Amino acid sequence: MKTPSNTAAHKGYLLCHTCHLLSQAGIGVHSSHCSRCGTRLHSRKPNSLSRTWALTLTAYILYIPANLLPIMTVTMSGKGEPDTIFSGVKELVTGGMWPLALLIFFASITVPVLKLLTLTYLLLSVHFKSSWRPKERTTLYRITETVGRWSMIDIFVIAILVALVKLGSLATIEAGAGAVAFGGVVVITMFAAMSFDPRLIWDALENNHE
Amino acid sequence: MPQQTNAQAESRTHLTACHDCDLLFHIPHLKKGEQAHCPRCGALVMERKGHSLDYSLALALTSLILFVMANVNVLLRMNVGGRTQAENIISGVNELYVQGYWEIAILVLIVSIVAPLLKLLCIFYVLVPLRLNFRLPYAKEVFGFYEVLNPWSMTEVYMLGILVALVKLADLATINVGIALYSFAALIPFMAATDASLDDHDIWESLEPTD
Repeated sequence: MKTPSNTAAHKGYLLCHTCHLLSQAGIGVHSSHCSRCGTRLHSRKPNSLSRTWALTLTAYILYIPANLLPIMTVTMSGKGEPDTIFSGVKELVTGGMWPLALLIFFASITVPVLKLLTLTYLLLSVHFKSSWRPKERTTLYRITETVGRWSMIDIFVIAILVALVKLGSLATIEAGAGAVAFGGVVVITMFAAMSFDPRLIWDALENNHE
Repeated sequence: MPQQTNAQAESRTHLTACHDCDLLFHIPHLKKGEQAHCPRCGALVMERKGHSLDYSLALALTSLILFVMANVNVLLRMNVGGRTQAENIISGVNELYVQGYWEIAILVLIVSIVAPLLKLLCIFYVLVPLRLNFRLPYAKEVFGFYEVLNPWSMTEVYMLGILVALVKLADLATINVGIALYSFAALIPFMAATDASLDDHDIWESLEPTD
C-alpha cells in the first residue's frame, strides 16, 4: 500500500480476464478489445454491483422453496415419505450416520447460507465504501467463489437414487420440486460470485485517499 | 550505475495488473515451478508450471479413456429380494427427465457429463496442434471456452454424491459397485492433474500469432 493509486485503472491499463494480457488503453478509457484474444476489455466487470445484487436476491427468494418443499419422496411398500433438505439431515442423525449428516449439513445448509451472507456482506461493504481489511475481504471472496460447487452433492445423490431405487411396488424414489429450487440456488449463487468484481473492494480504499 | 542495473532488471520483468485488486506491478522472469503473488492482496497472479505438452496430453488422454469407461459401464447395482437395478450417470439424468424434473436433469447432465467431456476435448483441440506445429482455427476461442467451462465441471463433487448414496442405501439393500465407479474414482485425480499441468500463460503466449 505504498502507492495507493498505482492501479491499472488509474494508469490507463486494461487487463484481459481471458488471456491475462495487459493492454495500454490510455487514461480514462474504460473498455477496449484485447489485441491477443479479442475479448472485450473492461476496467471493471460491467454493472457488477447491480448484477450481483439481482442474482443474490433471486437466490435468497429461491432458498425459501428449496428448504420448504421436499427434495425427494421415498415410497416404500406404498407409503410415501417426503424429505426436505433439513429432514434428510435429521434422518441421517437419527440413523446414527453422523459423519454423513455433518457432510450434508455442511454442503446443503452451511455453504449456501454462508455464501449468500458473504455476498451480501461484500456488496454492502462496497456500497458503503468500507476500507476495513480489504485483503481479508478479497480472500473471503475467493473462498466463496470456489466452495459453492460442493453444494451440488445433494442434487447428485437424488440423481443417483432415483435411477437406482426403481423397484416398482417395493420401493421407489421420486425427485421433488425443492430439488429444482435448490439447484437454482446453487447455480444462481455461482453466477452471482462470478459477476462480483473484487477490485471494487480496493477502489473504495483509493477514493478514501484522494 | 544504479540506473543501468535498474534498466537491466526492468528488461527481465514485465508489467502486469492483479486480477483481484488491480494493482500494477512488475513480475520478474519466473523459473520453472515458481509462482508470482500480488504484493497487495496475495492473489496468485502467475505460475510457471514447466510441464511439457506431452505430459499434459498424456494426462488428458488418460482422463478421456477413464471418462468414457465411467459413462458406458454400470456405476452401481442394487439387489433387493432377487430384483436387480443397475444405473450409471446418464440413467440418473434420464430418470429425472422422465419424472418431469427436466431442469435438474439438464443441470446434472451439464455439470457431470457435458462440461467435463468438452473440457477434455478443448484441451486436445488446443494442445495437439501446438505439439505437432500446425494451426487450427478458433484455437484461442476454444481455450477461452475451456476456462469458462472449468467451474461447471463437477466430477469430484459427483464422486462424493455417489459415496453418500452408497452409505444411505447400505442398510436397505445389497449394493454392488460397477466398473464405472472405479473408473470414475480414478478419473478425479487424473482430471485434477490435467488441469494443474496446464500453464495458461504459456499457452496464451504460444497461441499468439508469430508474424
